[in-house]
Amino acid sequence: MEAMHAPVYFERYDVHGDMKSMPPEVMDSIRKNKVCLKGGLKTPVGGGVSSLNVQLRKELDLYASLVHCFNLKGLPTRHENVDIVVIRENTEGEYSGLEHEVVPGVVESLKVMTKFCSERIAKYAFEYAYLNNRKVVTAVHKANIMKLADGLFLESCREVASKYPGIKYNEIIVDNCCMQLVSKPEQFDVMVTPNLYGNLVANTAAGIAGGTGVMPGGNVGADHAVFEQGASAGNVGNEKILEQKKANPVALFLSSAMMLRHLQFPSFADRLETSVKRVIAEGKYMTKDLGGVSTTQEVTDAVIANLK
Amino acid sequence: MARKSFPILKQLIQQCTNRSFSSTASPRAVTLIPGDGVGPLVTDAVEQVMKAMKAPVYFDRYEVRGDMKCMPEEVMDSIKKNKVCLKGGLMTPVGGGVSSLNVQMRKELDLYASIVHCFTLPGLPTRHNDVDIVVIRENTEGEYAGLEHEVVPGVVESLKVITKYCSERIAKFAFEYADVNKRKKVTAVHKANIMKLADGLFLESCREVAAKYPEIQYEEIIVDNCCMQLVSKPEQFDVMVTPNLYGNLIANTTAGLAGGTGVMPGGNVGTDQAVFEQGASAGNVGNEKILKLKKANPVALLLSSAMMLRHLEFPSFADRLETAVRRVIAEGKFRTKDVGGDSTTQEVVDAIIAAVD
Repeated sequence: MEAMHAPVYFERYDVHGDMKSMPPEVMDSIRKNKVCLKGGLKTPVGGGVSSLNVQLRKELDLYASLVHCFNLKGLPTRHENVDIVVIRENTEGEYSGLEHEVVPGVVESLKVMTKFCSERIAKYAFEYAYLNNRKVVTAVHKANIMKLADGLFLESCREVASKYPGIKYNEIIVDNCCMQLVSKPEQFDVMVTPNLYGNLVANTAAGIAGGTGVMPGGNVGADHAVFEQGASAGNVGNEKILEQKKANPVALFLSSAMMLRHLQFPSFADRLETSVKRVIAEGKYMTKDLGGVSTTQEVTDAVIANLK
Repeated sequence: MARKSFPILKQLIQQCTNRSFSSTASPRAVTLIPGDGVGPLVTDAVEQVMKAMKAPVYFDRYEVRGDMKCMPEEVMDSIKKNKVCLKGGLMTPVGGGVSSLNVQMRKELDLYASIVHCFTLPGLPTRHNDVDIVVIRENTEGEYAGLEHEVVPGVVESLKVITKYCSERIAKFAFEYADVNKRKKVTAVHKANIMKLADGLFLESCREVAAKYPEIQYEEIIVDNCCMQLVSKPEQFDVMVTPNLYGNLIANTTAGLAGGTGVMPGGNVGTDQAVFEQGASAGNVGNEKILKLKKANPVALLLSSAMMLRHLEFPSFADRLETAVRRVIAEGKFRTKDVGGDSTTQEVVDAIIAAVD
């Protein structure tokens, strides 16, 4: 950002994944600025600490998670013509965090679906598709088994779909969806999903399009937006990458380009994206997850050098 | 529990190629449920091949449709008597009030383990090589508890139930399977960073069982990372043990990677009974286009019936069937649409019958 002389300045805050809750000054800052860029927060497995990522999304009501998965020129993948945007409901579903042990050895975990949330994520998805000239919106569900919960989700999607006759709408059961994603990903365009399926579908789509190291994403709410790497696949805590400083910065670069667009600085966004794509197409500076051996700093320097 | 299921496991999976085949083996009765959609097409294929091989099984056919309210009693009795069943496919209606017959069957017979064996077949073009993954999925609880209710209009709660009992027995099954089949690694798939109690319980059970099998490597992986790794480096996985929902998605993803749901065999195993069917169906049972053109792929059900023959202790028939199927696929002349050809079901069946020696 500094090299580009982009008209943004950052207010830094230090947060650790194992804190009990987000510090109030951080939340106030996000509410004031309305835009946030996040590196990554490691959520401990098991134990009693609830995920700060999830808490952030709930408190700011960032109800839509966007992950844009697409093939980049110069990045060899097994699948071609991938250009999928996964829009995932971000606040309820399986991530409600409501669990309890009924008797020792028996645990119930609640998955909550509401018409309110399903409707607004469906509206977001169709609005996104409409504004970005997308042609097809696919709803992902498992309503043959979870008839009421996913049935409610589907109903909401169908209602919203009828208001956008220009956009094609179809539905797919999530297990068939996984299968189709790995065999014919080009059939998908925009996908709208409840929380858990969205997580898995986004990570699968990111994997087929080049890996989680390059896919941008954001969490959007009615008033605020937090941009971060599209799909992290739990790699935030990977100590090997940390020690060798070989984390891939591309995903966050592209996410910050999304952020610049959100802040209505499209020319800066374009310059950043063009530079990143050029570095990848050249293929000289790539981190380990893309098959290269560069460090984070080397890739960053290459991107800065390519800025026009 | 593990002690009791061990003999069934041993029969189910081991390749006992040294056992001689006796022509006076008494035929075993197998309950056959063609089902609806493309089900009858593929079970008919199996019947033809079994007859051509003169396999010592005879089928007790029962008609069941996916939109029935519940499984007819005589069918359940037949399965309990025969202990083995072959199922074509049952279409579960989306939404509405009818509960899935597939799920009901698994619960009633307590078929607690679903096995899907996904592997690349020579001759079948896939983007990934060296895939040989067995997905062992808990089949009775988890997200498929079917316990949903509308709290107030517009708000629905769906219960995911995880118990130590079920988690423990699926973990035991997975490690026993790995041990018996000389597999090297078992990976537990979970989302315990978010669902701490539920998946945490699952993981605990897996860890306890893992401690009893020190020669088998045990790993854990978060389900979203797992999906990503599956599509980039599937060769790192061997046996995977998962709760119900993740297992469904992973089995289908892996089947897609290794060649498609049309060719992967699978079975649902309980302590007393076993039901064999196509490994992962991805909801295609009701696909009307395939049905009309009679182009359903019979390979998956044929390989599943080979698993069934092993289970019934007819290993030489199982070997002959599998060899014939692999030969037809390797030759590549007769393939249904889902694997890149355009033969009909019948043409593939004829080719396999011709290849059986």
